[in-house]
Amino acid sequence: MDITFENVTYIYQQNTPFAHKAIQDLSFHIESGSIVAIIGHTGSGKSTLIQHLNGLSVPTEGEVRIGEYRLSQEHKPKDMKELRSRVGVVFQYPEHQLFEETVAKDIAFGPQNFGVPEAVIKERIKDVIPAVGLSESVLERSPFDLSGGQMRRVAIAGVLAVKPDVLVLDEPTAGLDPRGQKEIMDMFYRLHNEQDLTTVLVTHSMEDALKYADRILILNKGTKFMEGTPEEVFSQKEALQSVQLDVPEMVQFLNRFEEKFGQQIPFRNQSVEEIAQMIQQIIKELNQDE
Amino acid sequence: MRKKLVEFRNVSFRYGDEGPWVLKNCSFEIYENEWVAIIGHNGSGKSTIAKLLNGLLFPQEGEIIIDGKQVNEESIWNIRKEVGMVFQNPDNQFVGATVQDDVAFGMENRGVPREEMNKRISETLKAVRMQDYRLTEPHRLSGGQKQRVAIASVLAISPKVLILDEATAMLDPSGRKEIMETVGSIQDQRGLSLITITHDLQEVVQADRVIVMNNGELWKESTPREIFTQKEALRKIGLDVPFVAILTEELKHAGVHLGAAPLNHEELLEDLWTLHSRT
Ligand SMILES: Nc1ncnc2c1ncn2[C@@H]1O[C@H](COP(=O)(O)OP(=O)(O)OP(=O)(O)O)[C@@H](O)[C@H]1O
Ligand SMILES: Nc1ncnc2c1ncn2[C@@H]1O[C@H](COP(=O)(O)OP(=O)(O)OP(=O)(O)O)[C@@H](O)[C@H]1O
Ligand SMILES: [Mg+2]
Ligand SMILES: [Mg+2]
Repeated sequence: MDITFENVTYIYQQNTPFAHKAIQDLSFHIESGSIVAIIGHTGSGKSTLIQHLNGLSVPTEGEVRIGEYRLSQEHKPKDMKELRSRVGVVFQYPEHQLFEETVAKDIAFGPQNFGVPEAVIKERIKDVIPAVGLSESVLERSPFDLSGGQMRRVAIAGVLAVKPDVLVLDEPTAGLDPRGQKEIMDMFYRLHNEQDLTTVLVTHSMEDALKYADRILILNKGTKFMEGTPEEVFSQKEALQSVQLDVPEMVQFLNRFEEKFGQQIPFRNQSVEEIAQMIQQIIKELNQDE
Repeated sequence: MRKKLVEFRNVSFRYGDEGPWVLKNCSFEIYENEWVAIIGHNGSGKSTIAKLLNGLLFPQEGEIIIDGKQVNEESIWNIRKEVGMVFQNPDNQFVGATVQDDVAFGMENRGVPREEMNKRISETLKAVRMQDYRLTEPHRLSGGQKQRVAIASVLAISPKVLILDEATAMLDPSGRKEIMETVGSIQDQRGLSLITITHDLQEVVQADRVIVMNNGELWKESTPREIFTQKEALRKIGLDVPFVAILTEELKHAGVHLGAAPLNHEELLEDLWTLHSRT
């Protein structure tokens, strides 16, 4: 589904002394079938933006369009439920979306709510549990008696079980162990491709943005600061630093390498192995010159 | 001699009498003015260790000693004054109606005088860059802002033992680095024991020592430098090594042999430079 923000402003606690403008005059477009990473410093408005994608928040001004759904002060979809069955959101803190007594009931809650037959739900649970790296032994446990990373996996499983068209992920790998981070991101990527999803990924991992995103949107204080392909965005080190963001670690290293050795290794998203070979070449040549 | 602030002696723990053992015969020691990182796969027992350290849980077997006192139902109220903890989800620990009340709460409990309290509220909120949010309700903060406030609250009580359980997981890399530098320098100044539980390999590099948990057992205890030479073994238990260690290994495959395992960009570049200027 195509997603469009048109001059969106969102104000928390409007008409109170605490009114806070979290998003200001924001416009952008996400093409159906693409993966877009949203990056920004603490409090830049990422989670607020995301809450507009399933109608949890409605723009104070401007309009959000998700496929055929329109969200604005004038147009609120009559059927939020339908929108929510098509847009699945994994929230920043998994505790915010877990509430049932058992993991099995928690995962079943979404699909049940959207009228998926019990037998189909059973099948889906069987599929999603291994996909998020859990074993079936957790199904009868309380989600609140799990470790942080295990809870995160259950929250993800619950969203996958709905089989949405749009996957919205707010820092989905926070709290996962290194293997889990990689496995879960690879799993999302596979699903995205197999099921032709549209994926919105809020992340603090520049590496993941680089690896998985087609485009990157950078927020700063509720406004759009930059937008482009990962290569375009990550070549702008100074601009990123001005909004307290970093380039991926490999790019940082290559910049420092250039400073020290006076030789540039252009960054083209190479593997670490390729970088190592290029460094080896440069050192060899430097030594021969002397 | 360095002073031992934390000791686990053959600690085993399970949630409930029937449950599986989630900590199995764990022993370790942590000294004053020491930064120890605890890493391990999801469910390996890290947060359980943290909860045992401040007496939210008690072990079925073994002993836990903090600053010379055994942790038990009687000693726990005094021990908690010395142990500060930031939980994995900050929502679980906010108690104040506003950010500044929240930072004040722990100090009130410890009888810090009013004037000193105000000073520390300003200092710590400034240190985590949340000084503009003093009057905000904690539940109205963004994910990363919540973590910053939770860290300020615990720094304000100035504990002898400070435990951060994935306390920076929601921060961007530069924010995380900045906060950990702040915490690190406070740790150094006050000589406290800092225990950080984290999945961030970059953060582990900064610690003096690393404890690796695997499936409830203490799998290994060593320096970051030594631990991160063990890529394959770590990957087997769900972990990994940082970029610098991976590059060092790939360089070795490419025929560039560096001396001691470098831990950060500076060391790696320095080693490469030495290699280049020696030949
Ligand atoms: N419920 C709320 N009421 C009032 N203000 C809020 C609320 N939630 C967030 N804010 C404010 O809106 C701004 C944007 O918050 P948001 O949660 O969208 O940030 P974010 O980019 O997701 O940050 P983080 O990386 O820390 O999660 C912040 O300044 C925050 O304090
Ligand atoms: N309240 C509880 N009741 C029962 N079992 C629990 C409870 N809390 C945790 N466990 C179990 O104890 C084990 C250790 O959990 P712990 O929270 O210590 O893991 P962790 O290392 O902190 O993991 P993570 O990286 O996911 O935060 C896990 O298998 C978990 O499911
Ligand atoms: Mg957020
Ligand atoms: Mg934990």
